[in-house]
Amino acid sequence: MLTLSVNGRSHQVEADGATPLLYVLRNDLGLNGAKFGCGLGQCGACTVLMDDKPVLSCITPITVAEGRRITTLEGLGTLDNPGPVQRAFIAEQAAQCGFCIPGMIMRAEALLRRNPQPSDKEIRGHMSPNLCRCGTHMRILAAVRRAARAIRSAAAESARSQEARR
Amino acid sequence: MSADPFSLSRRKLLAGGGALVVSFSLARSPFSTATAQAPPQPPRLPGSLRTTPMLDAWIRVDAEGITVFTGKAELGQGIKTALLQVAAEELSVEPRQIRFITADTAKTPNEGYTAGSQSMQDSATAIRHAAAQARELLIGAASARFGVPAEQLTANEAAVTAVDGRRASYQDLASAELLHVAAQPQSKLKDPSSYRLIGKPLERVDIPAKVTGAVAYVQDLRLPGMVHARVVRPSSYGARLRSVEIAAVERMAGVLKTVRDGSFLAVVAEREFQAVQAMDALALASRWDESKSLPDPARLYDWVRNAPAKDYVLQDGRSGIETSGRTLEAVYHRPYQLHGSIGPSCAVALAEGGSLTVWTHSQGVYPLRDAIAEMLRMAKDKVHCIHMEGSGCYGHNGADDVAADAALIATALPGRPVRVQWTRDQEHAWEPFGAAMVTSVRATLDGSGGVADWQYEVWSNAHSTRPGGAGNLMPAWHLAAPFTQPVPEPIPQPTGGGDRNAIPLYRFANTRVVHHFIPDMPVRVSALRGLGAYMNVFSLESFMDELALAAGADPVEFRLRHLQDMRARDVVQLAAEKFGWTIAPKLPKGRGRGFAFARYKNLAAYTAVAVELEVERETGQIRLLSCVAADDSGEIVNPDGVRNQIEGGIVQSASWTLREAVTFDETRITSLDWSTYPILRFGDLPERIEVHLIDRPREPFLGTGESAQGPTAAAIANALASATGVRLRELPFTRRNIKAAIGI
Repeated sequence: MLTLSVNGRSHQVEADGATPLLYVLRNDLGLNGAKFGCGLGQCGACTVLMDDKPVLSCITPITVAEGRRITTLEGLGTLDNPGPVQRAFIAEQAAQCGFCIPGMIMRAEALLRRNPQPSDKEIRGHMSPNLCRCGTHMRILAAVRRAARAIRSAAAESARSQEARR
Repeated sequence: MSADPFSLSRRKLLAGGGALVVSFSLARSPFSTATAQAPPQPPRLPGSLRTTPMLDAWIRVDAEGITVFTGKAELGQGIKTALLQVAAEELSVEPRQIRFITADTAKTPNEGYTAGSQSMQDSATAIRHAAAQARELLIGAASARFGVPAEQLTANEAAVTAVDGRRASYQDLASAELLHVAAQPQSKLKDPSSYRLIGKPLERVDIPAKVTGAVAYVQDLRLPGMVHARVVRPSSYGARLRSVEIAAVERMAGVLKTVRDGSFLAVVAEREFQAVQAMDALALASRWDESKSLPDPARLYDWVRNAPAKDYVLQDGRSGIETSGRTLEAVYHRPYQLHGSIGPSCAVALAEGGSLTVWTHSQGVYPLRDAIAEMLRMAKDKVHCIHMEGSGCYGHNGADDVAADAALIATALPGRPVRVQWTRDQEHAWEPFGAAMVTSVRATLDGSGGVADWQYEVWSNAHSTRPGGAGNLMPAWHLAAPFTQPVPEPIPQPTGGGDRNAIPLYRFANTRVVHHFIPDMPVRVSALRGLGAYMNVFSLESFMDELALAAGADPVEFRLRHLQDMRARDVVQLAAEKFGWTIAPKLPKGRGRGFAFARYKNLAAYTAVAVELEVERETGQIRLLSCVAADDSGEIVNPDGVRNQIEGGIVQSASWTLREAVTFDETRITSLDWSTYPILRFGDLPERIEVHLIDRPREPFLGTGESAQGPTAAAIANALASATGVRLRELPFTRRNIKAAIGI
């Protein structure tokens, strides 16, 4: 028995410790966001956050994930209330088949948590491990820029309202 | 601008478009030609109404509300949204009022494959007419009820309203029989000036679920009691399973069963990772006999040129006529290339009570159903195939095969839903590739810089080995009582397969085009986005550039010189104008510009692409700077959808062109993952991609999905030649190939 903290909730998981986190997220916790793309850590479709850093859940055994904060796509928002990065991907219509997009969103989320003002070059460099086959790259980049703007203006807004309250 | 003889103002373009609309609307097919013919022949119905004429096969209005059906499948191309727009427009309802059902053998029309950029022509045309006719029938029912002439009624938001304010909803008005009628050849279509939805960028209906983790793909389907299976594939195409020790594998934790039928080998477990571990163990416990069956990769193109072929003369200009003038010739090569879906193929199947249900991301649920029924020797009506999305496929990938895997395993384990997920290396090794091809072209320039003689030959394998029958389901080859793959036939013109776009749209004095069709397929091949058009357009448009250079002409002007089709000219001119194409531009060292154009299949969308790139001589690295495309897809339903397809096509084609080749030895495929088969990454992208659209209201829909593939490849090749002075004719243009060509 292993305890995983996923999207702010604690889960008891009964599985072989060598099981890649991806299978547990999908099958035991019913979270569809992380996708199986290669099982080799080569494509990024399975990207989730572990303590705010992007990891490839297809090659991360659950024993490694124990005691860490795991965030998946589902942790960023819902269909009715998507998070800022999800909203930006919808606004830019940044998907074709969309299979790589959850991984893209999670990798972008990791960047924006660390640096809400990335340069275009930083965005490209940061997103590079993740593959997209439909060729949606330009829209993905636009969505990351849009999300960065939204996060910055939300932060400024919240700073202003805190200032006003004081 | 004065140095730019063919520049085109937007005003002139729009004026030209307007004139075209008038002339085409008068001669609008399919009705005008049909009504002009002798009466015994009934007029052709529009789109897929030809094969499924009953209105209620497409549209139902009942207690459940308004339901629209299509036999086409969402593949990530956004077809569901575009079809919804067309249906809602002509039905006079809001998109959210429609329940939309896609490819399902128990529910929807049989529209064959979702392929060939045909969905707008086939399905959107059918839905458009069916919706318009349904709307008029509903208005007719209201007219009878209210005792008011139809002209005094309006349909809006799923209800019919009279001028006196009386109102009846579609659900009130629709009886069970109202829409159970055959479609008429003519419909009262809406005037483009009244469109609320067509031509507007409606947001894709599938994206919110995809970006928030809802069940969006067959990979996400988790049925009660579902178990996980993995297949152990042969080590190479011809390998046969000599022996396998299953006892130890069957004792592994969670393993429910191993399935062996000849060389078909699979394992089922309760949990997914147990199935993965059991698959690995089973692979280690199996012994295969294999032999060399592939061409020598070092001499692949000799094999393509010399394999037994059936020859088809597509255009029969005289061969080798005496023309005075300069003659050029060139030969172009394309390797096998992958679909390379990011998510490997997956399917779920459930055998129960003598029936089989298969959830699949196949492009053709009906042909797949027939093939599975044949493979399992079941009646077709006992097999039910339901489409669910998968990862983008770009043609015939492993979708049908994994559905066959699931069907085989599920029938061995009745009562439990079986999910089969291919591994990355299985997808890389077993999907049918885009065919290796060779083209040769020889042309003679006349004294005035025109092409007097054009001789073109293309050597290619088949470009479609879809099921078909069970013989085109790869797992069926491995059964103890195997199905053998049928000898493929070429796809006939005018669409063509290996010869797709082999016939130039340009008007030359003398043109001869020959297709050498190679039936033998030592390496498995089938439809990859664009089929032969990718290679043929790459070859034609590279060679047009070579001829322009030889004629001392600007490449864009040289194309226009030979191009009579007005819509083609508009697209070429618009791309040139938006790109800022100028004759003999002064560019920094190492930079180049290239241009290319094609009308996909010579009957679908018109697309021109201009590219600027930079070559780093020391490394052979190409850096794409800008790509500007112009496109005419007829009447545009969703402009953002068209743009998304063209943008994606440009990036994908750039990836094929700069990076991609399947590798193999004489026995096995050796490109088995993303490190041995690299594709384009974010760092390789151009700084800008622009897509400019020409809308043609009232014109037929023209398929867009594959039209950027060929022009992009040629535009890159032409830009590379302009940057380095060296012409590359063998794909892909990897760093190593570029360095070798420019002599570093």
